[in-house]
Amino acid sequence: MDPTTAVARPGVSDSDRPRLARGVRLTYSRGRQRHVLLRPESVVVLNGSGASILELCDGRRTVAEIVAELGARYRAVPDDEVRQFLARLIARRCVEPAGGRRPADGPGLDADG
Amino acid sequence: MDSPFGLLAELTYRCPLACPYCSNPVNLAAYCDELATDEWRRVLAEAGDLGVLQCHLSGGEPLLRRDLVELVAHAHDLGLYTNLITSGLGFSRARAGQLRAAGLDHVQVSIQADEPALSDRIAGTPSFQRKIEAMGLVKELGWPLTVNVVLHRQNIDRVGDAVGLAEEAGADRLELANTQYYGWAARNRAGLLPSSAQLAAAEVVVRAARDRLRGRMDIIYVLPDYYSRYPKPCMGGWGTRQLTVTPNGDVLPCPAAHALPLPPASVRQDSLARIWADAPVFTAFRGTDWMPDPCRSCDRRSVDFGGCRCQAFQLTGDAARTDPVCHLSPDHDLIAGAVDAANAGSRADDLPLIPRPHRVRSGSGPAP
Repeated sequence: MDPTTAVARPGVSDSDRPRLARGVRLTYSRGRQRHVLLRPESVVVLNGSGASILELCDGRRTVAEIVAELGARYRAVPDDEVRQFLARLIARRCVEPAGGRRPADGPGLDADG
Repeated sequence: MDSPFGLLAELTYRCPLACPYCSNPVNLAAYCDELATDEWRRVLAEAGDLGVLQCHLSGGEPLLRRDLVELVAHAHDLGLYTNLITSGLGFSRARAGQLRAAGLDHVQVSIQADEPALSDRIAGTPSFQRKIEAMGLVKELGWPLTVNVVLHRQNIDRVGDAVGLAEEAGADRLELANTQYYGWAARNRAGLLPSSAQLAAAEVVVRAARDRLRGRMDIIYVLPDYYSRYPKPCMGGWGTRQLTVTPNGDVLPCPAAHALPLPPASVRQDSLARIWADAPVFTAFRGTDWMPDPCRSCDRRSVDFGGCRCQAFQLTGDAARTDPVCHLSPDHDLIAGAVDAANAGSRADDLPLIPRPHRVRSGSGPAP
């Protein structure tokens, strides 16, 4: 991706605690052997590092923590790539930045009932 | 051959509404013998095995199926993303709570116009208020909400007000879909097709609304293909990404394909996997080998896949011809004629529309 376009996108700040947007699900497609993001009317097929990033987007970890954790796990994931990936998914409304607020009740989809 | 991503499960063609743009088949009586709960459970499981990730529960009105909650729970257990496409009628608080507990992921509620009298007139029944209440319930229970509005000659001038309604309802997505002329809509084409002036005005409104609401509400605008230079890339390619199962178990590449002169394939006779791979209804137009000229030698053959097979068949009697919407099609005058008629100065404004019937007389299953 062109890095200059990333700057213009709604950014992510290190204190954001990203999580999947309401109505978006991360799951594994056995047939395709890929993780996928499921949204109303669309499917985003993820590569390995995309899935690793999103698995850490639990609404509790900050972006800084996610970057640090991925850096420890795979030395090959550059910080900027993580931030750009998240900014892209925020722009597509797959991920909510959720500000610096810590959600009272867990990640992802609202609890039932 | 790819695996399909989505299953459109048309659970029933029974419907409390009678919209004249309905894309359901005109011969509704042929679909009374609906699949039983166990049959649908098997279809959902086979779809999951085949690689389907999303299950769209539609109709008719899917809430008329008493087993809807059970089917949603089953699809959810299989790991499918479940999407309910409803008129909103029958979406009671109790039913909504059960669907939430069953794991339903997303709800789309249709409305026919922003204004009660017009919406009720198009729907053929008093329904506006109940739809607004259903939208409220969707939001209250924490689902993302999509509002669907089918646009046509009689409501497109109010598209800005439709955006306002969706905003007020707190919609996350708004689908503004120009009518596609299949089923009942094809019968009512003369009364539904807007003029080019109407479309031009609507596009200005939609573009401004999209900019204004960016980041808050996604607006999906389905272009009117009659006014396009090139045809739509129907279903992302024939038998490539999606499949439809009709109320009686027929399996189709798209919901309009029942009209094509191909041998029917049914989940009552065969597995979904075998039908997807081998049934003529899927193999006939998969890929590009079937294409005639001008598609065969066109650079866009892998962009729009020759357009819509059902539209080609409906207008020319031959499903293997180029979609007449394409300006390069030798049959394009069929589209140009309809467009000319829609723009004729002498034309009466509100031609009478034939409502689709709510349900078929011999109907099986429960009444609403």
